[in-house]
Amino acid sequence: MMLAAIIVLGIGTYTMRLGGVLLRERIELSDNLQRLLPMAAAALLTALAATSTLMAGSGFAGVARPAGVAVGALLAWRKAPFVVVVVAAAATAALLRLAGIE
Amino acid sequence: MRTIQRTLLRDAAAIAAAMVAVGASFGAIAIAYGLPVWVPFLMSTVVFAGGAQFLAVGLLAASPVAAVLAGLLLNARHLPFGMAIGSSMGTSWRERLIGSHLMTDEVVAFTLAEDDPVQRRRTYWLIGVTLFTSWNLGTALGVLLGTAVGDYETLGLDAAFPAALIALILPSLRDRPTRVVALTGAAVAVLATPVLPAGLPVLCALLGLLTLLRPRRAAA
Repeated sequence: MMLAAIIVLGIGTYTMRLGGVLLRERIELSDNLQRLLPMAAAALLTALAATSTLMAGSGFAGVARPAGVAVGALLAWRKAPFVVVVVAAAATAALLRLAGIE
Repeated sequence: MRTIQRTLLRDAAAIAAAMVAVGASFGAIAIAYGLPVWVPFLMSTVVFAGGAQFLAVGLLAASPVAAVLAGLLLNARHLPFGMAIGSSMGTSWRERLIGSHLMTDEVVAFTLAEDDPVQRRRTYWLIGVTLFTSWNLGTALGVLLGTAVGDYETLGLDAAFPAALIALILPSLRDRPTRVVALTGAAVAVLATPVLPAGLPVLCALLGLLTLLRPRRAAA
């Protein structure tokens, strides 16, 4: 059952990945749609970043994680190198938790 | 051009290091959840989608059906991703069949940040192969370390993932309409998270596109 679940998830995911690429080839997209698609991708990525920052399951994630992400986002906005952004975000969250702030 | 390559290689190395760490957490968490050793390996190669894999690990033991549905919902974003990416990976069947499997949030973000088609293709494959390799290497490390690295929250890795995404999205958010769409969508997704099943809230972010209707109607 577990094996079947993983295989189905894998095939389904691959189908959607390839499907998007092939649909783009088959369908003549209007200029409007060409403009909309990167926006749709940006919306999904931003939503993934926002939900994984603020939410844990269906509740709020607490203080440490959003604070860590905020530090990372600020550094990214100031055009800090990618690795600095990632490490600073993790370190901030880890230090806050070490101090007992969840 | 040489500077661009160096920046790309540096970014690839940075994200590879992050992926090894997150992949290691994934492997260790899967073991901590009592799943068989082959499960994280199979997921990292066959599914190769971080968010869905973490989600699936949490649900797999209790309900494989829920794990599949939630994972597919979470991964449905790859359909518009694929349409946005199009032939960035190349136009031959071989490139599209193999390249599609390497499609992840990070690859899409890196690729869309490039304007030149040649540079896009190079970026797609470099980041895609780097991520696939580092993700699976990390998974193997995590499984080996078992529960030792299991507590990824102590290491703050849960904050590293969204921060990395934000760093990647920021350039495309400099365009004002895109920013309005993305932030509206993100707000909808966050508000929907407590009430909708996992995966759906992120898809609800597409409602942010409705903000584009307003100025068009005003112009007409």
